[in-house]
Amino acid sequence: MTAEEPAAPDDAAERAGVVVRDLTAGHRSRTWRGSNRHHAVLTGIRLTARPGELTVLLGPNGTGKTTLLHTLCGLLPPLSGTVSIAGRDIAAASPTDVARRLAVVLTDKVDPGLLSAREVAALGRHPHTGFSGRLTAHDRAVVDWALDAVGVAALADRPAAELSDGERQRVLIARALAQEPHVILLDEPTAFLDVPSRVALTALLRDLARDRGLTVIASTHDLELALRTADAAWLLDRGSRLHTGAPEDLIVSGALAASFAAGHLDFDPATAGFRPHLATRGTAAVHAPAALRPLLLRALYREGFTPAPDGRGAALRIEATADGTLTLHRDGTTVQVRDFQHLTRTLRGWCTTPH
Amino acid sequence: MRVPRRTLVLAGLAAATALEFVLVLMLGPYRVPAGDVLRVLFGEDPADPRWTVIVQEVRLPRALTAVAAGAGISAAGVQTQALFRNPLADPYALGLSSGASLGVAATVLGAGGTAGAFTENLAGAGRVGVVLAAACGAAAVLLLVMLLARRVRSTVVLLLVGVMLGSAVAAFVSVLMVYAQPENAQQFVLWSLGSFTATTWADLHVMLPATALGLLAALLGTKTLNAHLLGDGYARSMGVNVRRSRDMVLLGTSLLAGSVTAFCGPVAFLGLAVPHLTRLALGTSDHRVLVPGAMIGGACLALTCALISQPPGTEVTFPINAVTSLFGAPLVIVLLLRRRRALRSMIS
Repeated sequence: MTAEEPAAPDDAAERAGVVVRDLTAGHRSRTWRGSNRHHAVLTGIRLTARPGELTVLLGPNGTGKTTLLHTLCGLLPPLSGTVSIAGRDIAAASPTDVARRLAVVLTDKVDPGLLSAREVAALGRHPHTGFSGRLTAHDRAVVDWALDAVGVAALADRPAAELSDGERQRVLIARALAQEPHVILLDEPTAFLDVPSRVALTALLRDLARDRGLTVIASTHDLELALRTADAAWLLDRGSRLHTGAPEDLIVSGALAASFAAGHLDFDPATAGFRPHLATRGTAAVHAPAALRPLLLRALYREGFTPAPDGRGAALRIEATADGTLTLHRDGTTVQVRDFQHLTRTLRGWCTTPH
Repeated sequence: MRVPRRTLVLAGLAAATALEFVLVLMLGPYRVPAGDVLRVLFGEDPADPRWTVIVQEVRLPRALTAVAAGAGISAAGVQTQALFRNPLADPYALGLSSGASLGVAATVLGAGGTAGAFTENLAGAGRVGVVLAAACGAAAVLLLVMLLARRVRSTVVLLLVGVMLGSAVAAFVSVLMVYAQPENAQQFVLWSLGSFTATTWADLHVMLPATALGLLAALLGTKTLNAHLLGDGYARSMGVNVRRSRDMVLLGTSLLAGSVTAFCGPVAFLGLAVPHLTRLALGTSDHRVLVPGAMIGGACLALTCALISQPPGTEVTFPINAVTSLFGAPLVIVLLLRRRRALRSMIS
């Protein structure tokens, strides 16, 4: 959170990962007369990502996340400044040298044709194999290791085209691992996955970073999941300014809430998530066992009731018992319901019918 | 369990190619017994001395031409489809055949009445002129495409530019034909229908080395083609210089397609169909298997077409392009419909 240069031992650790200095990233376009025109998206970027950590790249759409990722992996040459991967400036290194340090999982639609999962993963050996592309016993061992590391060893001989989205994404990560890189960059790896696959894949990325000492950088829109799992976060706000720190640092500084701020959203620091801004109808006094209380508050929030701190002045009083019975008291009326569905419908009924 | 299948298919294709090769030497208006064909091949005297001439001067050039054209155009097809990641791309997608046609059309028009030498069994200067004109036309279009490729980053756009260029050149050819003598125009049409029978040993001294060079380049480029399987972005991320590999494929396929077109006319269809047939037969997209497979498969199919184009025991010769498309197109359709999964994964 400070602008100070880190102390020497940290410096060594960071050099093994990704170090970005004074980067201007964006697109070049060439006019028909042959002169270059620069369209800078991001300017003055200073970043580091360390080995052993999962770093997530967050930000609303259109703030330059993909531009930054593509610049980091060399698909887009920097307009100015330096990107160094595992101690090597990528502008000065040969493409093969970069490919041995850095592997990517892109959002590009992949058509694996008739390749099996193992053959897709084996494509990652490209920077290591000789002129003919022939795989040695060592290459095959690395491919098997990579498939095993992402948990798809059992699917290795299946056609990649027949795998589910989550399985195919794991195979593409295995392909990246087979490149034996120091750094893996992933552009929205959890997009198009169902919720369990998202959680499992994010956990896999963190484990790869922690257990194998890799520098893993992933852009994502899965805010809550990313902030819960990541070791470090880069946040691009709507002005394409960069904020870095642990997820909690970005929450405390308010940068996260400000970046995604919108009239109809409330940021909840406790869950590090956004919730729709709903009309308030009043306060409710809640008496519930600890296990039921958060759920009861959720249901009440949806109906426009916030908990009254000490129960005084509340328009509504709700008592929940451990067996799930809910009792509502309001204006001398008492209603007993069995479940949340009846609770919320009753509350809605009270609010719409005049009394 | 997959490796034996690939090996079996490749071995079967190679055996079929050898058999077809001998059949092409045996069959024609006059039948030469297999034993005598082999005797001629190994430099001994056959039972009938005329057979030496038939086999050596007529049928061997035809068989070698078919092998070179089939292998060359099919390898070029695999490379083009891989580079453009488009199942409809073929070696002529970038307008090479139109360029060759333009060269030949210009010769036909320029030669005026003297282009009588330009018949299906051409000899002497007329023949050399046509071959040179076709090669120059194809090279001119290639040069234009490569200049445009400097400006174009996307391979899809490059493919579209090539197709546009091809139509423009083809349109120009049809304008030229308006001014051609009717008999010359007819000869041009005959050339454009393709033929394996027009080549002489002198032609083969040029065509075989040129094709061999192109095939060698295709075999050496398989590692890069595989890196392109997941798209340009992944290829770049694995250290591939996409621009250079694109230029290499353009040059290699042009050498193959250009030399085949110059000597045989624009042999259509094989370059589009053989890659798909080989992919279905071998069940893989791995170019280290697919490229050699397409070469053998292409040679085999071209020999079959050469056989059919001259039905044994008759004097009739059908144009090669008619045979390849008439027999090949239904075959490909049937195979694609039977292997729906392969079709889906290729075209999705």
